[in-house]
Amino acid sequence: MDQHSERAQDPLVEETEQERARSAAARLFDIRRVIGGLFVVYGVLVGLVGLFDGQSEIAKAQGLRINLWAGLAMLLFGLFMLAWQWLRPVEPPTAEEAREV
Amino acid sequence: MDGGGLRLSMNGLDYGILTLYFVTVLGVGFAARRAIRTSVDFFLSGRSLPAWVTGLAFVSANLGALEIIGMAANGAQYGMMTLHYYWIGAVPAMVFLGIVMMPFYYGSRVRSVPEYLRLRFNRPTHLLNAISFAVAQVLIAGVNLYALALIMQALLGWPLWVAIAVGAVIVLAYITVGGLSGAIYNEVLQFFVIIAGLVPITVIGLVKVGGVGGLMDAVRESRLGEAGLHAWQGTGSTENPLGAHWFGIVFGLGFVLSFGYWTTNFAEVQRALSAQNMSAARRTPIIAAYPKLLIPAVTIIPGLIAMVTVQGLGASEGDLVYNNAIPLLMRDLLPNGVLGIAVTGLVASFMAGMAANVSGFNTVFTYDIWQAYVRRDGSDEYYVRVGRLATVGGVLVGIGTAFIAAGFSNIMNYIQALFSLFNAPLFATFIIGMFWKRMSPLAGFWSLLSGTLAALATYLLYKGGVLHFNSDLEESFWGAGIAFATVAVVAAIVTPLTHPKPDDELQGLVYGMGAVDLKGDVLAGDRVWWRSPVLLGAIALVLAVVLYIPVF
Repeated sequence: MDQHSERAQDPLVEETEQERARSAAARLFDIRRVIGGLFVVYGVLVGLVGLFDGQSEIAKAQGLRINLWAGLAMLLFGLFMLAWQWLRPVEPPTAEEAREV
Repeated sequence: MDGGGLRLSMNGLDYGILTLYFVTVLGVGFAARRAIRTSVDFFLSGRSLPAWVTGLAFVSANLGALEIIGMAANGAQYGMMTLHYYWIGAVPAMVFLGIVMMPFYYGSRVRSVPEYLRLRFNRPTHLLNAISFAVAQVLIAGVNLYALALIMQALLGWPLWVAIAVGAVIVLAYITVGGLSGAIYNEVLQFFVIIAGLVPITVIGLVKVGGVGGLMDAVRESRLGEAGLHAWQGTGSTENPLGAHWFGIVFGLGFVLSFGYWTTNFAEVQRALSAQNMSAARRTPIIAAYPKLLIPAVTIIPGLIAMVTVQGLGASEGDLVYNNAIPLLMRDLLPNGVLGIAVTGLVASFMAGMAANVSGFNTVFTYDIWQAYVRRDGSDEYYVRVGRLATVGGVLVGIGTAFIAAGFSNIMNYIQALFSLFNAPLFATFIIGMFWKRMSPLAGFWSLLSGTLAALATYLLYKGGVLHFNSDLEESFWGAGIAFATVAVVAAIVTPLTHPKPDDELQGLVYGMGAVDLKGDVLAGDRVWWRSPVLLGAIALVLAVVLYIPVF
């Protein structure tokens, strides 16, 4: 099915659409790696500090070892993002083919 | 708790966390640069992003710190009625955008929301909308920036100009270099950092007040009383904390204001236009609806916790204004470490909000103003350069206009006022134009113009003391409603008197004119039933109703 017959034509829109053949968007990196990396670092940093928190820190946080727990949670989340990226890499190349069908 | 001084005791670790965040967002911007060759790469991420990325960016673009701080402030001031901003004032409109409107936006291949008006109506309608949008975005970016500077000054002791420069330069850098991909990727990152910052505040706060039960008891004994725990009770009159009737909530906030904002605001819709196919574009606002359902847990609840634990909160000026609810809790409850995360989350939310405005602005300026009306024969690369310069210009103007925000007591009301002026008449014009193919181009122009003027007149008459409303909020409900009605009446009068647009120019733009292809570009993985936009949207709506039950 030719999708061009399905919509009104506009010269400006069509020009830009044609340029898309040169698109470099496929070279975009996977953001999950960055999110995962940052949260692993945050998790380790804050979690380690949490291990050594003194009475005043714990008292301020109403008796919770908040740094330890927050650090652990962020570490796990970061690892989840990294694992997700490894187990399910981005779909593309086939996506380009699918779009042409 | 003396309430004196908001200064946080940040140590090296906290500053390290903040610095690492700055380095990361800049890195994301520079790393995105290699994926930019064409103007669509720069302005719309090459229409290549998966739905979960565009969906989280969609919610993050709205999760500016004005939103977070403002909603916590509203939570402290009005109690559970603030939930209306999320559950009736956002989710239905987001689902509607995904299911009903996105096929026209994405299917017609328009590059912006104003461009839809150019194709559906005519150039005057388009220009009117493009200019008003561009101006509004720069103003709102300025508001964000000013708010960022104020909070950095209060929390960290940075001089105003330092905070403005740091915030503006970083956003400027990653958008100029990385384009929309830089903005969107950072928005996704920012979303998680914001949540990581807000959750510890909520958890410690709840422990302090004795859990949810303790919080409810404390609210009952507070200034708000039992009414602070209910969203709908007492809305048969305006005798409730928000001063709003259920009719105003449902039609003013839930329909006109919210649909106006979510469905026509290009700073939001742009995220969906950058999705990789029709299915992903339609799912973008619907995926965003799910976090939106839950965000009140980390904004309104801290607001209520601040209200019951910080004595004297609600002063008309000074450190104890409602807008400081979250900063005060950060100061009182967070030890170093999570404190750094929370400050980073707050800074991240300012940047997310401002980046959405700036990236919306540069696209509209380039495609809708420069290419359409100033120089239309430039090469594709030329428009990428214009976009980069527009980014610089927009940020500079934003810095200049930052101080307009200073005169208003509650930042949210100011934003609401802007929305009711631009968005409500725009939404009315869109929705009538999308479903009534006879509506003529001239009717489009006169409807939009008169609707905007009606909203403006209502606002000015209220500010001038001629018209009376219970609150700024009620004015924005009514202003939006009046604007909507004006658009409908003018469209009905002008259309029969003027020529319609030929049918072949309306293909794919108007309901019933050429079937919009919803499945043609679908990916193999999108065929699974749980990626159906209609199903996901329906579940979000059901959740919005169910969540209201415990706080009816």
